[in-house]
Amino acid sequence: MRPETEAELAGMIRAARGPLSVIGGGTRLLPGEGQGTRLSTAALTGITLYEPAALTVVARAGTPLAEIEALLASERQRLAFEPPPAEGSTIGGVIAANASGPRRVKDGAARDSLLGVRFVDGSGEIVSNGGRVMKNVTGYDLVKLMAGSRGTLGALTEVSLKTQPIPPESLTLALPDLDAASAVPALTAALTGPWDVTGAAWLPGHGALIRIEGLEGSVRLRADTLSTRLSAFGPVQPREDDPWLLLRENIPGWHTPGKQFGGLFSASQGQSLSGAAPRSGGAIWRITCRPSQAATILTMNPDASPIALDWGASLILLSLPANTRPSLPAGTRALCLQGTHRGPLPPPDPVTRRLEEGLRERFDPRGIFAAPELTVA
Amino acid sequence: MLMPVPDAGVIARRELIVARLRAVIGAGTVIDDPVEARAYECDALSAYRCPPLAVALPTTTEEVAAILRVCHEERVPVVPRGAGTSLAGGSMPTADAVVLGLARMNAVLEVDYGDRLIRVQAGRTNLSVSTFVDEAGFFYAPDPSSQLACAIGGNIGMNSGGAHCLKYGVTTNNLLGVTMVLMDGSIVELGGPMGEGAGLDLLGVVCGAEGQLGVVTEAALRILPKPAGARPVLIGFDASETAGACVAAIIRAGVLPVAIEFMDRPCIVATENFARPGYPDCEALLIIEVEGTPPEIDEQIALIRAIAEEFSPVEFRESKSEDESRRIWLGRKSAFGAMGQMGDYMCLDGTIPVSALPKVLRGIAEMSETAGLPVANVFHAGDGNMHPLIIFDANRPGDLERVEALGADILRLCVEVGGCLTGEHGVGVEKRDLMTAQFTDADMEAQMRVKDVFDPHWLLNAAKVFPLHVSEPRREARRNAA
Repeated sequence: MRPETEAELAGMIRAARGPLSVIGGGTRLLPGEGQGTRLSTAALTGITLYEPAALTVVARAGTPLAEIEALLASERQRLAFEPPPAEGSTIGGVIAANASGPRRVKDGAARDSLLGVRFVDGSGEIVSNGGRVMKNVTGYDLVKLMAGSRGTLGALTEVSLKTQPIPPESLTLALPDLDAASAVPALTAALTGPWDVTGAAWLPGHGALIRIEGLEGSVRLRADTLSTRLSAFGPVQPREDDPWLLLRENIPGWHTPGKQFGGLFSASQGQSLSGAAPRSGGAIWRITCRPSQAATILTMNPDASPIALDWGASLILLSLPANTRPSLPAGTRALCLQGTHRGPLPPPDPVTRRLEEGLRERFDPRGIFAAPELTVA
Repeated sequence: MLMPVPDAGVIARRELIVARLRAVIGAGTVIDDPVEARAYECDALSAYRCPPLAVALPTTTEEVAAILRVCHEERVPVVPRGAGTSLAGGSMPTADAVVLGLARMNAVLEVDYGDRLIRVQAGRTNLSVSTFVDEAGFFYAPDPSSQLACAIGGNIGMNSGGAHCLKYGVTTNNLLGVTMVLMDGSIVELGGPMGEGAGLDLLGVVCGAEGQLGVVTEAALRILPKPAGARPVLIGFDASETAGACVAAIIRAGVLPVAIEFMDRPCIVATENFARPGYPDCEALLIIEVEGTPPEIDEQIALIRAIAEEFSPVEFRESKSEDESRRIWLGRKSAFGAMGQMGDYMCLDGTIPVSALPKVLRGIAEMSETAGLPVANVFHAGDGNMHPLIIFDANRPGDLERVEALGADILRLCVEVGGCLTGEHGVGVEKRDLMTAQFTDADMEAQMRVKDVFDPHWLLNAAKVFPLHVSEPRREARRNAA
């Protein structure tokens, strides 16, 4: 099914009898998702409003992410949350997955840039929430609820987003000698000082990567003092190229299995990757934690190889042998991106589960939207 | 302000309910003396007041859970209250409601500078969070004007903003997690290391739900390293619209100041008479603050100056010292006090696209003229969050009604240009009945479904946010079932 208007989409949902999977570009599906009849929003396209002076863009859900980014770039603007790109990715899919890249550490996730939504719920009712202004506390914030809801509460038809001016200068400092565990204190040092860091990551073969952006003179000054601070952890050198695209193309984006992690581990990168390539047939897990827990997680999982750290070591991408689950300290969360495990770890507590199930029932009383399995495989 | 008829059955059982609360509250206190309870009859929207049935002041999450369990069993409405600084009546009680005040829950539970977070009990005041981490070189970014008094729990309820949210975002963007008690007494933890849970973003919908989904008792907040320094500039213009256009140009150019504040002539005159900040004699002024080390600040101010000069400012005053910075901010910070000297005022909170500033300022001036009521403007221009202040005399019969009508017209204009009714104060009781200007029935139905899940009997802060006639069937269902 491929509706061309919101009204047509609403009609299809009302008429549906079996499970539907709402799909944008289909580039960020998790294992187990995409069951049932696919309801594609790819024909709901078009940027309906772009006001650079108000830092606002409004687009229909099926609009390709690339089209939005190109239009913003023509006005020297961008999406602050730096969504991981994927061939065919739509803005609705980005929002439904709350897909957020390295700049999340500074400027928040997709949900933090999302100002408003229109969606069709499971009864075929069209709902609007939020709007197109920067501050809005009028009524409940269903905007946040829809971001990351992965098509289980409704089918997004239009989103409005805050844009960000692209600063004139961007500079990345690298500490290439650091392994994942020893990168953590360097990233923490960078994020706990007055440098306005907009990226703090680690990649195998690249070491710790720290980005600062802003006006030209300011970036130069901050780079000097930040380098001095970081030299306590190892040799520091500015990167001539842009390693962040490499990270975005591979890390927090949840790409179709088979396509994912291609860029990072292909020989064409010309970088040695210190033996951290994911095992073929292995599992890939996405773990969020406090930065102070990152080294513990690495120690607790001796069979695992870190594929990347991002968001100042609040995000760990871990490669594990097939059919194994990571050991996790309290308060952390894990999701299997590639492999057989379904649903989050730890599973939601009974109260959270009751609330989530209650919301799904209210927004989708007939159970039309195929929810991912929440049971452990 | 119309409120539902209180539940006579609940009021009749007052003694029993108070006794049950006393039996479970532990170290906390239950106030049922009518004189003492009167202190809780209103919040900062003091035009509307009503003494509550009783007041419970718990000290722990478990005590909150015990109180809510009793109220749930007895079907007693509950009004959560942080510090009672709501400008929208968010913590205004009804005669059949127990006010659940968080003031005694003000402890810091944990601070971790490496992880950039602090965990506090929800009754802790906003400013005291920043004060607690100040010496270590950190701060908590959301800074509502009431930050000396307002509580984190109330900030979460209203998703509060402040002058500095242009750069740092509002409460929801700085909140990592909460411990919350549902109306039935169950305790739940929402959020996670990056603010997200494993599934739906429940934390995101709880923040800003005006205490209608649960009582937040603890919160994990993002703290940030303090910038090296900050400095304001003051720019005067000969027309409000020119100032508005200059704001749009600055935003567009990619300078990201931490704050862009706007004041028009009535406000400038009032603050000049009140606090003598030495502002220029002009139609409108902007106060723009930038952060960084001194050379970084110089670089940003040079860019702002270049942009501002396109708009022929009547004055461009750059602070050269701490004292000058203080004087530039003095007028802005005393603006509300100064307006209070001129008479009574109603403060609106509509938010508009920055590009619509000139149009809306012109529209407000025309409406003010037609209504014969002066309107002063002082607001966060960088994010389009306006605060028109309508000046009136509360003792003159009919004035309040005329002010409410003008306020409603101004807010409708905000919605018409693509904006919203409230940017940071919340709907509360004040703007409840204007919700239909912004939302369809289906839009409100979707929001109310969320409350159905969290609070099926509609006991928590229920007669707010949604127009009374819209929420009535749900509220009545509770009473009929009881």
